[in-house]
Amino acid sequence: MASYVPTTDAERKAMLAAIGVRSIDDLFRDVPAALYKPELDVPPGLSELEAWRHLRALAEQNWNLEEHPCFLGAGAYRHFVPAVVGHLAFRHEFYTAYTPYQPEVSQGTLQAMYEWQSLVCEMTGMDVSNASVYDAATGVGEAARMACALTRRKRVLVADTVNPLYREVLHTYTAGPDVDVQLVSGWRLEGGASSGAGQAGQDRFVRTEDLAEQVDDRVACLIVQQPNFLGWLENVEGLAERLQASGAILVVVADPATLGLLLPPGEYGAGIVVAEGKWTGNPTDFGGPLVGMFACKQEYVRQMPGRIVGATVDGEGRRGFVLTLATREQHIRREKATSNICTSESLVALATTIYFCAMGKQGLREVGEHCLHKAHYAADQIDALPGYHVMSAAPFVKEFVVRCPRPAAAVNEALLARGIVGGYELGRYAPELADCLLLCCTELTTRADVDRLVSELRDIQ
Amino acid sequence: MADTNGRLQSAGSPSVFAGRQAPEPLIFEKSVPGRRAVTLPPLDVPAKPLNELLPPSELRRDVHLPEVSELDVVRHFVHLSKRNYAVDSEFYPLGSCTMKYNPKIDENVAALPGFRQLHPLQPEETAQGALRVLYELGRLLAEITGLPGVSGQPVAGAHGELTGILIVRAAHLKHGRMRKKVLIPDSAHGTNPATAAMAGYAAISVGHDRRTGELDLADFQAKLDDDCAAIMITVPNTLGLFERQIVEICRLAHEVGCYVYCDGANLNAMVGQVRPGDLGVDLLHVNLHKTFAVPHGGGGPGGGAICVTAELEPFLPAPVIMRREDGSYSFDAERPNSVGRVHSFHGNFNAALRSYTYIRSLGREGLYAVGANAVLNANYLKARLAEAYRLYVDRTCMHEFVLDGRPLREHGLHTLDLAKRLIDYGYHPPTIYFPLIVPEAIMIEPTETESKETLDRFAAALLAIAREAAEQPELLHEAPHVTPVGRLDEVRAARLPDLRLRGGIERRAAESRTEARREAAVQGRV
Repeated sequence: MASYVPTTDAERKAMLAAIGVRSIDDLFRDVPAALYKPELDVPPGLSELEAWRHLRALAEQNWNLEEHPCFLGAGAYRHFVPAVVGHLAFRHEFYTAYTPYQPEVSQGTLQAMYEWQSLVCEMTGMDVSNASVYDAATGVGEAARMACALTRRKRVLVADTVNPLYREVLHTYTAGPDVDVQLVSGWRLEGGASSGAGQAGQDRFVRTEDLAEQVDDRVACLIVQQPNFLGWLENVEGLAERLQASGAILVVVADPATLGLLLPPGEYGAGIVVAEGKWTGNPTDFGGPLVGMFACKQEYVRQMPGRIVGATVDGEGRRGFVLTLATREQHIRREKATSNICTSESLVALATTIYFCAMGKQGLREVGEHCLHKAHYAADQIDALPGYHVMSAAPFVKEFVVRCPRPAAAVNEALLARGIVGGYELGRYAPELADCLLLCCTELTTRADVDRLVSELRDIQ
Repeated sequence: MADTNGRLQSAGSPSVFAGRQAPEPLIFEKSVPGRRAVTLPPLDVPAKPLNELLPPSELRRDVHLPEVSELDVVRHFVHLSKRNYAVDSEFYPLGSCTMKYNPKIDENVAALPGFRQLHPLQPEETAQGALRVLYELGRLLAEITGLPGVSGQPVAGAHGELTGILIVRAAHLKHGRMRKKVLIPDSAHGTNPATAAMAGYAAISVGHDRRTGELDLADFQAKLDDDCAAIMITVPNTLGLFERQIVEICRLAHEVGCYVYCDGANLNAMVGQVRPGDLGVDLLHVNLHKTFAVPHGGGGPGGGAICVTAELEPFLPAPVIMRREDGSYSFDAERPNSVGRVHSFHGNFNAALRSYTYIRSLGREGLYAVGANAVLNANYLKARLAEAYRLYVDRTCMHEFVLDGRPLREHGLHTLDLAKRLIDYGYHPPTIYFPLIVPEAIMIEPTETESKETLDRFAAALLAIAREAAEQPELLHEAPHVTPVGRLDEVRAARLPDLRLRGGIERRAAESRTEARREAAVQGRV
């Protein structure tokens, strides 16, 4: 078995003598005797070699997606991670440090966080950013709570094209404080072919109404996702201005991998921007840890959740960084804090920061362009197949909706049997889309992957 | 002891820092137009014109990211890393944070491509190994805590707290009870009252007994009524003391239908010694990054698994992982009483991998050694310091103890000065000014992975500082001397917030280059 306790029996004896007790049991006299030292039903320990073999065997039971074409996105995206990211983020000085409570011995983490905040602001076009939240989903929950606090209102509107898992977390996060969350819809499926076969090509999504129409002066915020969960662009032009008339805040969920290409939410009037920072700089890790980017307008900064790093100087005028505006936070304000968040996702934010630096302005734009062109290449090929029909209703970057000649689950199953991880089965999102797949291409998708997918789909009829 | 600069000539560990340094430029200040680090392979599909695919009104003109070479990136972040103190470098006795050594095998496991390259939504049959790890970790945590229902979705301690209090809320609502209050000891972490408020409850503070350092039972009983949804209590408490009345507290709470939430921040002391569930608590979160060897990462990622009684199990976040009769694993989302989802996917899987490896490596005996030696080390260090420092409560402690720094005031000094001086001796300072009930608090948690020699050296440093406080208080006032920056102006940081690079990244880089040229020109003339 492994042990990471260095103390020898002789040392233990000397330490007990210095304390003035005879045994370790004497140190636990405050614990109810009947409950002390229970018999734990835990297997005996493993040596390092045994543990390694056991865990490697478990890892081998999984499909490593570097070895299989994968067209699954739906909120988790596989992007290229340069080698430099892991080598730097996993320096022990970064990953074995605690939250930077003592700034003089934590300038590395603090400056990196300041650079993260600067990058998040630049990417999103916002004024200020915090040092991270847990993920985009809890970021949406925090944004809704923040908007309610800022407007002193209790109603939150969320577009039904926001990631359904984020909407679930939004509901959980607003359950306590009695916030009224309402779903608004900007799209409707017309021509309704639910069985698919034979009718594919006839039904399509149409824009129903302006999302802002349902906003009135009781609404704290409207939450939209750009590109939306189905991959296409929402019409955000003028949206913020129309919200402003009723004093509501526009909250935008963005995708950093497309922000080299797309207009930053700050430029179309977002008040709060949330984004998942995990996929740009980290492998997918079965979905965790993630890291939420969280940025807002300057005037909202004192309602922001989470840690914020600020630049300042030492006694000799040297630039340095500290955690600041702490009067928002739980360790100072307790029940009046803007959020209870304490430990967040610093190391993931660091990896993402390094990624943005390594990719640079040109690299990030190219990531966006590769996603765009590969997704369109795939969409064009699939749309040309008999029985398949691309249903995306608006311009898209890396994800698109395909109606299949059979239920999406059956198509996915057939693909899996051929070694391909297919798309997201949209019946989980909306029952009327049970024969639709949401497919994703990124710069990791090769033309050969797409051609193989197309050829397999042709056979799955 | 120290020369005029306060540099140490003897005693203590060698510092990890080399003294004051010029600031490391921001990465943006190193940007040179046209420079780049990473290129993608040539596009292997036909490219249509951009404006055919996306409306020009939706396209951004430019994104001002740094333009740097790969070596620029490497040097920059290596330089930054050298400005950090970390537990792999030196002793990190940060109270309440359990900065134990985290074994490297856990890192290798977490780096296996068969775990890293998994999509959270990929078919269950292609992720059986991952699901099994999550399931088995849940079973191990249930056994260690004595609470059978476990969800790994929460990703941090405060996240676990929120999940727990939402579970409490859902359980009360299920029984038609609309309770409004959550009781919280005045020694609690700030996350407890903040969590109660987030879940829609009024946080009611309960006092502590100044002599024993434990919850004031009379005050608790006076405030406990059938409007209390839960009491959030930390065991051992934040003074590092075991709450001897915990069984009675649980009994009294349960009498009025009030749940007992245990903040698991201090679980390390109890590992293998006593199970919170056996004491009578109903819910507990586990900080995987404290107790179960997930490196803290400079502020996360961690893990905040929530463990509950069988009664509360139906309310856990959905989905939960189940083991089918055929031995396969799957997600069970059919949970009508669930509080809902609290994370995009399955929580911090990568942290769960480390904790699973750690617990399996330790096994039953190793787990017992964790709590036993954590408590031994704390009591030994406490005994070593007793001659020179005042304890807030002088009792056998658990995994940590709290000193009362008020005697420093006799020399015009504060706990902050002592903390900064410890840096000169090569140590990360303890937690200071917490718990809030202790004036000038100094909270020390050595953990079980530190050796007697390290504890002896650390004690010698603290004893030396006690002498310096009396004889050369300016050494403490001016500390730290060895760090890249001196004490930073936190008031200025809050009054004149500078939270990001301003004035545009490109302009800043251009200015920085002009300045460098000007400086070079000046030096050339000289």
